[in-house]
Amino acid sequence: MSEDTPIAVTGLNHWFGTGEARKQAIFDVNLQVKRGSLTILMGPSGSGKTTVLTLMGCLRDVQDGSVNLMGHELNGADRAQNEALRRRLGFIFQAHNLHGSLTALQNVLMGVQVHGLPDRQTQHDAARHALSLVGLADRMGYLPANLSGGQKQRVAVARALVGNPDVIFADEPTAALDSESGMTVVKMLKKLGQMRGTTTVMVTHDDRILELADRIVTLEDGRIVRDTAPYHE
Amino acid sequence: MSRLLQWLFGRLPIGWLQLTHSRPRFAAALAGVAFANVLVFVQLGIMNSMATATLKPYEFFQPDIMISASDANSMSEGGNVARQWLFQALADPDVTGGTGLFIATVDWARETDNLALTTYGIDPTLPQFLSPAMARKISSLQLQNAGILDMFSRGLPREEAAAIRPQTPASFEVSGTTLTLYDTFQGGGGFGVDGYMMVSDQTFLTLFPKRSSAAPDHIFLQIARGADPDVVAARLRGAISDKTLRIRSFAQAAAEDQSYQQTERPTGIIFGFGVIIGILVGIVIVYQVLSTDVADHLSEYATFKAMGYPQQFFLGIVFEEALILAILGFVPGFFVASGLLVGMKAATGLPLAMTTTMAVMVFIGTLVACSVSGAIATRRLATADPADLF
Ligand SMILES: Nc1ncnc2c1ncn2[C@@H]1O[C@H](COP(=O)(O)OP(=O)(O)OP(=O)(O)O)[C@@H](O)[C@H]1O
Ligand SMILES: [Mg+2]
Repeated sequence: MSEDTPIAVTGLNHWFGTGEARKQAIFDVNLQVKRGSLTILMGPSGSGKTTVLTLMGCLRDVQDGSVNLMGHELNGADRAQNEALRRRLGFIFQAHNLHGSLTALQNVLMGVQVHGLPDRQTQHDAARHALSLVGLADRMGYLPANLSGGQKQRVAVARALVGNPDVIFADEPTAALDSESGMTVVKMLKKLGQMRGTTTVMVTHDDRILELADRIVTLEDGRIVRDTAPYHE
Repeated sequence: MSRLLQWLFGRLPIGWLQLTHSRPRFAAALAGVAFANVLVFVQLGIMNSMATATLKPYEFFQPDIMISASDANSMSEGGNVARQWLFQALADPDVTGGTGLFIATVDWARETDNLALTTYGIDPTLPQFLSPAMARKISSLQLQNAGILDMFSRGLPREEAAAIRPQTPASFEVSGTTLTLYDTFQGGGGFGVDGYMMVSDQTFLTLFPKRSSAAPDHIFLQIARGADPDVVAARLRGAISDKTLRIRSFAQAAAEDQSYQQTERPTGIIFGFGVIIGILVGIVIVYQVLSTDVADHLSEYATFKAMGYPQQFFLGIVFEEALILAILGFVPGFFVASGLLVGMKAATGLPLAMTTTMAVMVFIGTLVACSVSGAIATRRLATADPADLF
């Protein structure tokens, strides 16, 4: 089942805070995501999109229910398993989160070196290739401070892609971009899914992106209220 | 540098890139480490020179055993020892000879300043109690009111010292007596003394009429070849009637003098404290630099955690930074301190110098102190939570 369904969420509940302040944010979420698909999470602010994303991406401990990520149960997983799983994921954040002291190429290299790949040359080739894919072949030696917002986000995409991740999680990756470069980034992710079978789960408010989605899941108050595949079937 | 580190670590030298990202900050951090190094070096240099100065007078003599008064914590301190104990000691089959040593300070009033000379009164017919270098110089002491002078005495011009020869002696007045200097030897000033002088016990008693030949400051003993001075000293402690006397091998007396200067005298303790403060200053500076650096990069570290980098990777970055600061801060610290010690030596005449032992000790100490700071700074890493990134 995990072959075709890299993400399977069943009966997921999540609470924030302790004691009096303890508040449930996620209620009985169930979700199966198909390999190679682009799934979009929608919903009003505070509806729980980011919480679900971080739970699926093993960035947050699962409290109740089950998240099965590529055949591994995340409920009760230890740190070593989480670290190993994270290396098979790609994250794209709303802010680019590039390291300001590293050049574009070095930032992307960080996505390669986490795998402890063989030699320096292979690492650099992979990083250069990823940067060319996002159209930044001529900006490799630039520090983030000398790149535009869109260019920085593209470096972040290259960093997420360079390790050939099985699943990409993106939280409003286009928020900092004008709609044109936003579309470029999403189209790139979509193409990648088709080429390599990479699964993408993305949170977005951008209407134009919806038409690229294989599936749109809408959250409200921590519950899934709609789950459609509008541009398919 | 970046390439070298990359090759060393097999990964990007993130620590180096982070530290050098802001040049002024990096320079300030290195200056801080260098400053702490200079502090420690100078204090150690002074402590070392104190040790050298303390042991200097022990180099002039070579008895096997020294008998001193109970309050003689160092060679020039403490009361007299009655000569009768010398005769009791000579009754021991392993004791082959003995002599008295007289010590007092002679002031040489010169035109510009006053030289305080620690003066030893010895028996010039018994050179076996002197170091070979000293023994070669003392023939002139057989003359009445003759002395030989420390050529490195503080305040004595080198040319003037060099001119003092048996053929061209120099003289000065000490409380109505004219003392004639026939030769010089290699000494070197210490903390409470400008230089040293040797005279015969006869001359000594002329200069200090209140002193008695029956009560020298210390008694030197020589023992039979092959006998162990510590064993004989222990036996003498049992045999000699005055149980308050300190009867020790000469080597042990020197060692006890040195540890007394370093651990019980205020100067020794103060400079010891100086070293500790220097080390603390270094640890605090490096901790400050590293923990600020960790705090400034929490979101980058959280991102790396999200990418699957394990905890050791982040510890590695912090220790990489600690070692870079230690090594690059040590180098200027070493050179500045060497220069300072040379300057201080010229200004004070104290035997101050950078030694290899000091350099190695301080370098290792710097590495350890920086690692300690790094280890404390890593506690902040736990606050980098990838769940906060979205
Ligand atoms: N660290 C936290 N501590 C306490 N409550 C939290 C925390 N993170 C999220 N919440 C709460 O959980 C609920 C869901 O938050 P979440 O960030 O998942 O929403 P979201 O759908 O991503 O919103 P947005 O579109 O504004 O990013 C909110 O009510 C929020 O206040
Ligand atoms: Mg959110």
